[in-house]
Amino acid sequence: MLPDDRGHFGPYGGRFVPEALIAALDELDAHYRKAMADPEFTGEFERMLRDYAGTPSLLYDATHLSAHVGGARILLKREDLNHTGAHKVRNVLGQALLTKRMGKGRVIAETGAGQHGVASATAAAYLDLECVVYMGEVDTKRQALNVARMKMLGATVIPVTTGSRTLKDAINEALRDWVTNVDDTHYLLGTAAGPHPFPAMVRDFVRGIGVEARAQCLALTGALPDAVAACVGGGSNAIGIFHAFVPDADVRLYGFEAGGDGIETGRHAASITGGSHGVLHGSRSYLLQDEDGQTIESHSISAGLDYPSVGPEHAWLHDQGRARYQPVTDAEAMDAFALLCRTEGIIPAIESAHALAGALRVLPALREELGHEPTVIVNLSGRGDKDMHTAGEYFGLFDSGEVIG
Amino acid sequence: MSASVAFEKARAEGRAALVGYLPAGFPSVAEGIGAVKAMIESGVDLVEIGLPYSDPVMDGPVIQRATEQALAGGVRTRDVLHTVEAVAGAGVPVLIMSYWNPVEKYGVDAFARDLAAAGGAGLITPDLIPDEAQEWLAASDAHKLDRIFLVSPSSTDERIAMTVAHCRGFVYATAVMGVTGARDSTSSAAPTLVARVKAAAGNLPVGVGLGVRSGAQAAEVGAYADGVIVGSALVSALADGGLPALRTLTQDLRSGLTP
Repeated sequence: MLPDDRGHFGPYGGRFVPEALIAALDELDAHYRKAMADPEFTGEFERMLRDYAGTPSLLYDATHLSAHVGGARILLKREDLNHTGAHKVRNVLGQALLTKRMGKGRVIAETGAGQHGVASATAAAYLDLECVVYMGEVDTKRQALNVARMKMLGATVIPVTTGSRTLKDAINEALRDWVTNVDDTHYLLGTAAGPHPFPAMVRDFVRGIGVEARAQCLALTGALPDAVAACVGGGSNAIGIFHAFVPDADVRLYGFEAGGDGIETGRHAASITGGSHGVLHGSRSYLLQDEDGQTIESHSISAGLDYPSVGPEHAWLHDQGRARYQPVTDAEAMDAFALLCRTEGIIPAIESAHALAGALRVLPALREELGHEPTVIVNLSGRGDKDMHTAGEYFGLFDSGEVIG
Repeated sequence: MSASVAFEKARAEGRAALVGYLPAGFPSVAEGIGAVKAMIESGVDLVEIGLPYSDPVMDGPVIQRATEQALAGGVRTRDVLHTVEAVAGAGVPVLIMSYWNPVEKYGVDAFARDLAAAGGAGLITPDLIPDEAQEWLAASDAHKLDRIFLVSPSSTDERIAMTVAHCRGFVYATAVMGVTGARDSTSSAAPTLVARVKAAAGNLPVGVGLGVRSGAQAAEVGAYADGVIVGSALVSALADGGLPALRTLTQDLRSGLTP
């Protein structure tokens, strides 16, 4: 069972952090293991997920989309219908509940576009915790509405003005806060990355996505799916839906990274397909770096995928060949975004549109290989309301009022 | 020349050693070399050369700004090694302080080899703990380099003992919970931490870092530690007042340690 007790997934993961944080990580690891074995904790976590967050999310048989595409049965795991509009609520509720159990009164979080910040502020409001969110100054300007949502929920938002002033710098600043205030503060990390135990702990809080999808697929179709597809930035929604399927060797797992303008342009966020081995933000994985090991800024139309590294378990699944990772460009993702809007009346997060675009791309080869019509689950990890500014600009909806299609 | 040489010399003079930090490439590679030389002439016993890195999670605003400027100026890992080489003949041991990824990217053994060839004494690793350091332990043995790991007030006695057992040259005690940066008062946690480390360290010197900015504070820390590590205050002096301010502060710090 991975990771090992020091957080390694093969050569990946581990702890590359200042010694000052080791005691806190050990404490967190001990509390998390105990909590996951305590029915009182897991029962309360399940209750919150069911009564407050609205899970299990639907596995929706996307017949209109399937008919349009032809030759495949596409099932959408509707994480977009969860409270706060994405899979992320599972992680924040788990970590916030654990924070209470540890007797700490304050959580800090990093956020890029603001989704994890909003989710953290939500969980903090629900569980009566003080919440401070670090957000790159560039992002606070791009995402003013999410800043307002966090403030409305009672969180303090601190713009980060160092480095590239985006997500990776917000993580740096959150780590600096944590090392200073670790006694009464939990760092509510937003993805399945970072130092041990975060990759395993975040996975365990979001793995319900795959557990539900697996059972729902069996109930709906009488069989396991032929493939499962998810987008991969840091990788929490992907590891969440993959994990329950990893032992099912016949179920193909596809992770679609943000290809930005295309891998060949250098402007992308595809850490596995376009990066190399290294250490960033506390663990060893794949990352975007120059020949001196300096982090290279990532680029993606999707803020949620715009991160220059990836969780260590994905690096491991990639090296094992258990999951296949491929880039999806901005343009491919936006085509899929528009297609889902028109065929199913569902506006997906642009992140999730990467998963759909990738799935549609691999369908013909998969059908060929299987010799029958494949059943594919696509993790619709979030809804697209937050992306309407980006989509409106991309499709020229604001200037001309033109209808696309 | 191992860092321990500097501590022995200071100990023989009945005082704590002064350890000065400056990042390479700040404000430029050539001027950075000049600044380190000025610091040595003004009385530091041991030099730490910072390797500028894009994601310095242990550093406060002063060092962040300086290293950002160095990176914007195009500083490379080879420039950091060149800086070591340029100052290694000045009579005091020279260490590099680096976050782990640039070392790993360079190649751990290659980095150790080239650092030793440049005349460097060893490496301080703020985000590498001995638990993850197998490759570096081997490379530092092969190239006879000091390896300085950090301990903190939150470290358990077991971790202090384990960390100290892997250190060579000295042990770096981060006296406050937090990032680098000058503070008005030094930490009350520091004497306790140093006593705990000394109980485990035997003869290995203990250097205390984070927060010192004046001769008076240096004297306070030097009363219980073997070495007083100063970083942000020196970087600020260089940034705001150039070499004259750097020399003045170094002399002030050094005089605080003179018995």
